[in-house]
Amino acid sequence: MQIPYALLLQAATDLPARITALEAAAKSAQSAGDNAWMMTSAALVLLMTGPGLALFYGGLVRRKNVLSTMMHSFVMMALVTVIWALVGYSLVFSEGSPFIGGLKYLFLNGVGKEPNADYAGTIPQGTFMIYQMMFAVITPALISGAYAERMKFSAMAMFTTLWIFIVYFPMAHMVWGKGGLLNAYLGGAVPTLDFAGGTVVHITSGVSALVCALYLGRRKGYPSEPIKPHSMVLSVIGACLLWVGWFGFNAGSALAASGLATSAFVATHLAAAAAALGWMAAEWMHSGKPSMLGGISGCVAGLVAITPASGFVMPMPALAIGLMAGVFCFWMVTTVKNMFKYDDTLDAFGVHGAGGTLGALLTGVFATNAINDSPINGKVIPLGLVDGHAGQILNQAIGVAIAIALAAAGTFIILKVCDLVIGVRVNAEDEEQGLDLSQHGEEGYILEA
Amino acid sequence: MKKIEAIIQPFKLEEVKEALKNIGIDGMTISEVRGHGRQKGHKEVYRGQEYNVDLLPKVRFDLVVANERLDEVVDAITSAARTGKIGDGKIFVYEVAEAIRIRNGDRGDSAV
Repeated sequence: MQIPYALLLQAATDLPARITALEAAAKSAQSAGDNAWMMTSAALVLLMTGPGLALFYGGLVRRKNVLSTMMHSFVMMALVTVIWALVGYSLVFSEGSPFIGGLKYLFLNGVGKEPNADYAGTIPQGTFMIYQMMFAVITPALISGAYAERMKFSAMAMFTTLWIFIVYFPMAHMVWGKGGLLNAYLGGAVPTLDFAGGTVVHITSGVSALVCALYLGRRKGYPSEPIKPHSMVLSVIGACLLWVGWFGFNAGSALAASGLATSAFVATHLAAAAAALGWMAAEWMHSGKPSMLGGISGCVAGLVAITPASGFVMPMPALAIGLMAGVFCFWMVTTVKNMFKYDDTLDAFGVHGAGGTLGALLTGVFATNAINDSPINGKVIPLGLVDGHAGQILNQAIGVAIAIALAAAGTFIILKVCDLVIGVRVNAEDEEQGLDLSQHGEEGYILEA
Repeated sequence: MKKIEAIIQPFKLEEVKEALKNIGIDGMTISEVRGHGRQKGHKEVYRGQEYNVDLLPKVRFDLVVANERLDEVVDAITSAARTGKIGDGKIFVYEVAEAIRIRNGDRGDSAV
């Protein structure tokens, strides 16, 4: 068959235009896939705070404090969101100094449909912004586990507001912001590997929790009187929602619906499972029975520990990290806490501080190019000890040390300020009555209604 | 008239109710209570923190019967509630001075 000459000519002249159109279509298809996953991930991370953490923590306190404890998580969803939109996003993700970002994105100026190629070139910057917001929401909510049942609501709101400015924004900028001191990809002087927030989220919140527990002092009656969880059922539901939400937290940190996201998803799940088994086995040997609370505490510890490592490690090391975290955190909340007698009400330090530190250091051991070959400050280099780069453990340790120092000093100063201005702890009478009535004028369970 | 106060194992509630119904007793008041006699409590462990729980959940029956029905009712409760183990509970019997039905003012045996 003969092809008419005119048709051939037309095809040849059309070719560049058609290739351009094809490229645009491919780009748009990738953007659609990535954006769908990232918006889903953002919603999953919000699910971790409410209802996940609200139920997990709410069930572990006494019934007279269930609402006040849930309020801690819920209020973060509102308060931190507003601060993040006004100024937080800019202070973390716009270019500034190695320690804090600038004001380029103040009031979300210019943060919309166009991608920000520095962070995630295939999704609208608006999606990146809202995804990162959910991290800022959950981090101060984690701390509430340490001050539950005895902190004034007003002091809690003031503490949280100051805390995200003084601890969270600088730490997040250092690790994830362009030009941040610890940013491994965008010009950091000390390249630290923190895939989804081991240092930024868990070490900062965990260490701050310990400082809160020490500063506030023990709850009335602790540890001589029995202070038991009022509803393990709520806690189990909450912990399982945390487990599910964590897929958004870790796999979403790939910032695309990519193979790396799958890898982080797998590592996350394996670590949670191994840690649940590790904790239950440890308590079975230690006190004779495996418990539901042990199981859920273990799974959270594993999720915490795998967070910095999730986008860098192979499946078997993920299992190992989880197992170690389960046993280590069990030891922290039983033996170490009892040794020093501090009242970390819901073990925010024992799980998030300890598990986060362990995970951050183990990331330096198990991180490998086979999983993540993104160039470190411009070139692909061996990542962790398993790749033959032992020095990464030192980089990780520096990141951990900075997070601990910033969180400890920042939290102590903020608590002092809040204490001077409004007082941080409720009075003995209000504490006895319960925070639900004394702080909020309502009760969680009204049986005669 | 006698008042019978029986404290039994919670899981025996339905059996005791059934036994009382079978001998024609259909008025009673039931409360969920906590307590212990010689029965030892149990240990609970939450994240390594041990608690001894010695007040155990029990169910209390309160009923008032005519004098001549006392033995029959006590027998019914005893045989329905018994497992033979420590913790089965106790029955106390009191004299009742008067009983009044609020609806119509009936007094004495006909009010119970």
